[in-house]
Amino acid sequence: MNTLERKIRRVGDEGRAALIPFLTAGFPDQSRFWPSIMELDEHGADIIEIGVPFSDPVADGPVVEDASRRVLADGVNLRGIMKELLERKGLLQSGVVLMGYLNPFLRYGFEKLADDAAAAGVHGFIIPDMPFEESAAFRDTLKQRDIALIPLVGPNTSEDRMRLYAAESEGYVYVVSVMGTTGERGAFDPRVADTLRRARSVFSLPVALGFGLSEPAQLEQFPADARPDAVVFGSALLRHLDAGKSAAEFLRRWRQA
Amino acid sequence: MKNAYFGEFGGCFVPELLMPPLLEVEAAMREIMPEPEFQSELEDLLRNFAGRPTPLTHCPTLSEELGLDLWLKREDLLHTGAHKINNTLGQALLAKKMGKTALVAETGAGQHGVATAAAAARLGLRCTIYMGGEDVARQSSNVLRMRLLGAEVKAVENGTRTLKDAINEALRAWISSQESTHYCFGTAAGPHPFPTLVRELQSVIGREARARFLEMTGRLPEAVVACVGGGSNAIGLFYPFLGDAGVRIVGVEAAGTGDPGCFNSAPLNLGVPGVLHGNYTMLLQNNDGQIEPSHSVSAGLDYPGVGPEHAWLHKTGRVKYGMVKDANALSAFHRLCRAEGILPALESSHALSYVLDHPKEFRGGAVIVNLSGRGDKDMGIVGDALRGGKTY
Repeated sequence: MNTLERKIRRVGDEGRAALIPFLTAGFPDQSRFWPSIMELDEHGADIIEIGVPFSDPVADGPVVEDASRRVLADGVNLRGIMKELLERKGLLQSGVVLMGYLNPFLRYGFEKLADDAAAAGVHGFIIPDMPFEESAAFRDTLKQRDIALIPLVGPNTSEDRMRLYAAESEGYVYVVSVMGTTGERGAFDPRVADTLRRARSVFSLPVALGFGLSEPAQLEQFPADARPDAVVFGSALLRHLDAGKSAAEFLRRWRQA
Repeated sequence: MKNAYFGEFGGCFVPELLMPPLLEVEAAMREIMPEPEFQSELEDLLRNFAGRPTPLTHCPTLSEELGLDLWLKREDLLHTGAHKINNTLGQALLAKKMGKTALVAETGAGQHGVATAAAAARLGLRCTIYMGGEDVARQSSNVLRMRLLGAEVKAVENGTRTLKDAINEALRAWISSQESTHYCFGTAAGPHPFPTLVRELQSVIGREARARFLEMTGRLPEAVVACVGGGSNAIGLFYPFLGDAGVRIVGVEAAGTGDPGCFNSAPLNLGVPGVLHGNYTMLLQNNDGQIEPSHSVSAGLDYPGVGPEHAWLHKTGRVKYGMVKDANALSAFHRLCRAEGILPALESSHALSYVLDHPKEFRGGAVIVNLSGRGDKDMGIVGDALRGGKTY
């Protein structure tokens, strides 16, 4: 069992959903990024997704896109991220996942990336623009180093397509709540509960829900058989930190949920 | 998903949420396009709405000056002013038969936007066009044309505010609108199956040119030449000639100002392979894999990537890809106006410039240049250049 799956299962045994904050590397600025990560780690994050910036983030809404542009302008790059992760290896209790678009990973080199990620204690990757059909080579490279390639599925992902991913995937399955890009929404797509149920029936992995989450209360609308095992929040956290507020304060609300 | 690759280039690198609509387009290509009903309706639209077949025009003055036999494939004479209508009519018709009620598209110079808007209006589909803010400013007459044709034009103010960002935004819009909407992709790039779909619809250019030249002269030309941005007019001209070993094929990329280290739109010559907009191809990017801004005096070539089939034809050497600078393209524009009475688009002027600047490569032979569009849309830029002002 991959470390990420084990972490979520353990939290599930405590009767709560695992918390997975997403933070773009170098955000809100280079001096506050690592302190924010450490604070998230200390105050209840179970897994932390670190966003690797890209110039053309097609799956992201305005908040994550703006964060991406800001940190790129500030000189953040994958080499720096890998170096900083290596320097902090062992300091985080949370699982660590890198989330980013394919091209920067490709340019870095898959083999080298997998080696460096393993050395730095990274447990998983999420690559939004690498669907199942294009994923075999990198998935295998990661698997050899016990790193998970986490699949994304959504309201329009059929049971058949979910089965393709389920046969190969590790870690957790990331269910995208909306037919759209990242960013907070007041209401969920009415199909979310169906998508969560479908994912639960097809995958043996824990199910994480993301895109559009901002309030713990949003989870209450799901019937018991469609509750996610983990929740991911990105845009809401980015806005919260950018307003100068603390990561601990953001997580407190979710811990109490 | 079959035949998504041209050698190692191509593929389908998109978020999972876009896989179902892309697979739907792929299935429609397989099941609907070959039907006689589809083919005859498309043929009728191309002939009686768009104005096909287009002439192959001989250029007597330039031929004599250059010591070669220069012919122009006149896609500039098509309805809406460029080859783009070949693609949009085909995709709009396909969308309609797929049960879609709307089109979304990106546009650079505005030609694809206008052609999409016209096809949508003709076939009764709603239409939304995403266009970079910088392009909205430099191609304002096309913005008005799109609006007059009933399209909603959305200016994209993200990133470099050009074609690349318009594609990002159109892809995002398609994620949420896919049930009702077809993405009418404008060039032979993007995720599978668009490079193949657009090539199929644009190959009418090369088929006509080849057949007409054979009919008039009893032989094939020595060379065919086209400009390459995303590369749809070029692949449309080239594809039917790929098997003709005696025909030289030349694609022309935009070199920008030509100053050392300048921004350009020549990823085949100056880029490295990577993934952008759903396909693995040659890209202008930095060492960190971030996409670099592109530049060309012609908005239609201003793109940091190129269709994956061109990347493959470049790698195999079947097609030679040259470069032409902004200033040379402008001078070719003027030369064609005065010598032959034809006002070419600045995009097509790049292809023409390559022949004018390298006559020795073609000496004595017959050369067909794809005049992919007319230059009416470029009057502002050409006028500014004449006054010695901004040339973008």
